[in-house]
Amino acid sequence: MADLSDLLALYRRLIAARLRAQLQYRTSFALDSTGMLLISFIDFLAILVIFANVPQLAGWTLPEVALLFAITGLTFAFTDLAIGHLDLFPQLIRDGNFDLLLIRPRGTLFQLLTADFQVRRLGKAIGALAVLAYALANLRIDWDPGRIAMLLLIVPTGVVIFASIWVATICIAFWSVDAREVSNAFTYGGQFLGQFPMNLYDRWLRRFLAYVVPIAFVAYFPALYILGKPDPIGLPEWLRFTSPLVALAAAFVASAVWRFGVRHYQSAGG
Amino acid sequence: MSVPAIELEHVGKDFVVRRAVGRLRRETDVVSAVADLTFSVERGSLVGYIGPNGAGKSTTVKMLTGILVPSRGRISVAGLVPTRQRTQLAQRIGVMFGQRVQLWWDLPLIESFELLRYIYRIPPQTYERNLSTFRRLLDLDEFLRTPVRQLSLGQRVRGEITGAMLHDPEILFLDEPTIGLDVVARQRVREFLLSANRERGMTLLLTSHDLTDIERLCSRILIIDRGRLIFDGDIDTLKARYGKERVLVIDLEEPGPALQLDGARVIRIEGPRQWIAFDGERLSAAQLTAAAAAQAPLRDLTVQEPEIEDVVRRIYQERA
Repeated sequence: MADLSDLLALYRRLIAARLRAQLQYRTSFALDSTGMLLISFIDFLAILVIFANVPQLAGWTLPEVALLFAITGLTFAFTDLAIGHLDLFPQLIRDGNFDLLLIRPRGTLFQLLTADFQVRRLGKAIGALAVLAYALANLRIDWDPGRIAMLLLIVPTGVVIFASIWVATICIAFWSVDAREVSNAFTYGGQFLGQFPMNLYDRWLRRFLAYVVPIAFVAYFPALYILGKPDPIGLPEWLRFTSPLVALAAAFVASAVWRFGVRHYQSAGG
Repeated sequence: MSVPAIELEHVGKDFVVRRAVGRLRRETDVVSAVADLTFSVERGSLVGYIGPNGAGKSTTVKMLTGILVPSRGRISVAGLVPTRQRTQLAQRIGVMFGQRVQLWWDLPLIESFELLRYIYRIPPQTYERNLSTFRRLLDLDEFLRTPVRQLSLGQRVRGEITGAMLHDPEILFLDEPTIGLDVVARQRVREFLLSANRERGMTLLLTSHDLTDIERLCSRILIIDRGRLIFDGDIDTLKARYGKERVLVIDLEEPGPALQLDGARVIRIEGPRQWIAFDGERLSAAQLTAAAAAQAPLRDLTVQEPEIEDVVRRIYQERA
């Protein structure tokens, strides 16, 4: 436990230092944040366009889909906020600068995850929060302790799932330089697919999103529970409570893939 | 003092390189960066580790610091196995790469030190004591609050060395620590490293292209070429054996035939420029210049000291 509090204290210091560094550039910071906010509204506009033409999407109403959209958007925004710099990881490997993580007396994954903090992505989270407010205002939910607990758990669970997918896929960089695009396909692609109900998709894609890249556990299953909605696919009800376990399993797999990758690191320049 | 600071036994490192052959087929080549190295370094010694580009210097340093897993052989640094006990080892060694920025690029220097203090869990007294010593010896005060990106190369190198030593490492690895520095800055870094070795008993292993670095600092020199150790001894032995030859480069007013000089020979001619090799112990550059000026009008001249690459090449030729 002493170790964990030591890590958290170090994390606070590293992040505070990153914040001070980023706030040196105030104008670009303000522009970026506003841009991010606009993007998340435009994304939601696309969903409004769909519902202007159909009353329901695969049995889901607009506020229900808005809930999926908001949960996915919010968890992805927080993930991006905390570890968006993983986009630059392939470059770190290519330039051989990953060496610098290996000569410090801390875990490499910890150092990578805490290397930066993208405050400017906060705009995305604000946009998603606005959509969440809209969804909750237009839904009739029987709030009980279980549902409230679920709502509170959704974000940390989703962040761990997205972060695990990000870490596991970025490990391709240990072998190939094209890692960034592959990783983006899973993270950004996962975010996009997670915004819609799973029963909209074909069976193979549903299975993929449930068992391989567990996007379905970010918003879909928890939302079914909060909404008290029967699963249109007919999957068992207990699945709705498994998201935190899936998140733990995903984190375990990601850290195993990471360790495997680090062992294959070849550095640069002989 | 029985356990050496660094020990290598038949250590080798191969890299697997894949390259495309035709459209789909790929061939894998195994390139051996370090073939077979065996040596040990006593605690408190100051060792220069040199060799031409691609000889395996950096690969060796990376294996010793836990960055690369060796393909074969046994390594022990500070009594630990580098890659298996990486974080423990990192706590006890310092590493400085002259061509990398290890400090936080956009933070003031002092904030980088503060972060390192917590990353290495440095006790407050140790931190205060070391920081004030380094501030004095390396004159850090004038740029302590300047962001690293705005520092001159010389200032940054002083900062990097401080960063690598704040946690009192037993062994310090320096890869090209003085690269790109001017003469004054280079001298200052050398003096600092010498004092760290003498006063703190720190073991230093450094690689450098600059023979004067090695000459001023190191009591022992290891030379490797093509992944094998080809020389192990002190600087006097090395110089006596291979480093006597200096080169005088002369620009004549007009192109002419090779100059005829006693005790020296022209090794290259390019238009009006001639390269003349001579034995630095038997002849001075001044004597040689006077002799040359008697034969043809001179426009310009420079003296080239033996480059480490030349010395190594000569050693290698002798072996072949």
